[in-house]
Amino acid sequence: MVDAPILSVQGVGVRLSGREVLREVQFEIAPGELTGLIGSNGAGKTTLFRVILGLQAASAGRVQLDGRPRSRRNPLIGYVPQKFLLDPDMPLRARDLVSLGVDGQRLGVPWPSRARRALVAEMLEAVGAGDFAGQRVGLLSGGEQQRVLIAHALVGRPKLLLLDEPLANLDLRAGQEVVTLLARIAHEREVAVLISAHEINPLLPVMDRIVYLAGGRAVSGTVEQVVRADVLSELYGSHVDVLNVHGRVLVVAGAGDDTDMRGHEAALPGALARSDGVAS
Amino acid sequence: MSPPSASLIASGFFASEAVHTAVVVGAVAAVVSGTVGVFMVMRAQSFAGEALGDISTTGGSAALLAGVGPLTGIVVIDVAAVAAMELVGIQRPRGRDLATGIVLGAALGLSALLLYLDTIYHNTTGAVVTILFGSVFTIDPSTIPLVGVLSALALTLVALLYRPLLLSSVSAEMAAARGVRVRLIGACYLLALAVAAALAAMTIGTILSTALLVGPAATALRLTRQPASAIALAVTVGVAAMWVGVLLAYDSFYWPPHGTGWPVSFFVVALIFVAYLLAGLPALLRRRARA
Repeated sequence: MVDAPILSVQGVGVRLSGREVLREVQFEIAPGELTGLIGSNGAGKTTLFRVILGLQAASAGRVQLDGRPRSRRNPLIGYVPQKFLLDPDMPLRARDLVSLGVDGQRLGVPWPSRARRALVAEMLEAVGAGDFAGQRVGLLSGGEQQRVLIAHALVGRPKLLLLDEPLANLDLRAGQEVVTLLARIAHEREVAVLISAHEINPLLPVMDRIVYLAGGRAVSGTVEQVVRADVLSELYGSHVDVLNVHGRVLVVAGAGDDTDMRGHEAALPGALARSDGVAS
Repeated sequence: MSPPSASLIASGFFASEAVHTAVVVGAVAAVVSGTVGVFMVMRAQSFAGEALGDISTTGGSAALLAGVGPLTGIVVIDVAAVAAMELVGIQRPRGRDLATGIVLGAALGLSALLLYLDTIYHNTTGAVVTILFGSVFTIDPSTIPLVGVLSALALTLVALLYRPLLLSSVSAEMAAARGVRVRLIGACYLLALAVAAALAAMTIGTILSTALLVGPAATALRLTRQPASAIALAVTVGVAAMWVGVLLAYDSFYWPPHGTGWPVSFFVVALIFVAYLLAGLPALLRRRARA
């Protein structure tokens, strides 16, 4: 469904202590595309990332990177973990953290190298972090730290960039800036970017594709193909409506549907979703 | 005898063999402690360092009973303690303090028995005080080769682990995603920490060893914002405190009560504490200037 995918997730299922967290998850993403992995808290987004990274074994299916089975040491993937805020006392400048993105997994002390310094400086500029390259990472704001982490993940020239809830700690404006930056990175550097989020709207303007996760299952495609009442109703296993309100998308349980709504509410502003006025 | 106030460096200081050993072993212990200590503070493993220092009491008292050198006993017990912590589960963030506490409790319980036996068989409490509070002047020069081997081991380990250790101290997940074997790296680092704690324990005493591990590192972290200079600064603070401490302790022979000399460990720890307080001054002044 995607030409020469960089990441191909094929029928992946995961059981964690007897509970089925993911079931038959299937999607592909291509270089140069920004894909949103949307799902409520507990939908399995982080677990799916861990499977892609090789930190969690899948109980079914497989993951292929650039047409090959993934291996433990994988320079193809750059990763920014969830809820990451560095200790302010950590003696680490922004450029030190990005430098660890070049060869942080290698043994030994890094010898000063002009090439590495130039590469790190260029990457910090590219994410708009040049101004605070020499400051302690822990003292930077959430948005600034996010930029430095993106530079760290990107400096090893990966083909796939995974960001777990990068917008979670950011205010609206900082979030929009990070999203715009990621879209630019995807298009200019021909990197496949996969962003997980529990809110669909901040990613709407930039998403090339969407992977919508609910109840451990996923549907994927373009936003138009996926964010539709019939498709999401089938995914949730109960009727939902998709509303467009002033350019924002709301996924709400259908009128008269009294099924449990826990699966949906995090994907949209909860109060609105539960109000009968909006849903009818 | 010349009056003590005549010179800072008392006569005979450079001629004394005990001073030579103290200067060499003290410096080596400070270098290892400073290097390993910076990572310990960054990784929030100070409790493990403190515990290993305390556990050295068991090793020191066992060595006294067995009639072997104190450092041998301390290193054997500290490495065994690290292995036990690893087995109980120090690597899981939540299990970490628990594992450390359980091993610490067990080891200190054993040391209660060993110290009691020491006082019975050796009929002196002096040896026990030396284990607990150290005396760098009583270190046997024949220990120096072992000190050299152990410190080389610890420093080589830290140099080898440097980048993946730093990365996994920043974020275990980011390190794991890059293929770093976070648990293995952590275990190897604990081994270096055990050696550093053992050297510090032998030099300034098992109770005080934690000051040499934590103090210079914490001082350095107040003053610098990059890891390599933090290590250099911690080493400098540690070695300076050790050497000035040795000098003052030697001088204190002429201080009241005349003719005994104050414990060198007191000076070393006091100097480290002063350095830590002074390191807070720049930030304090900056805040004042801004207000």
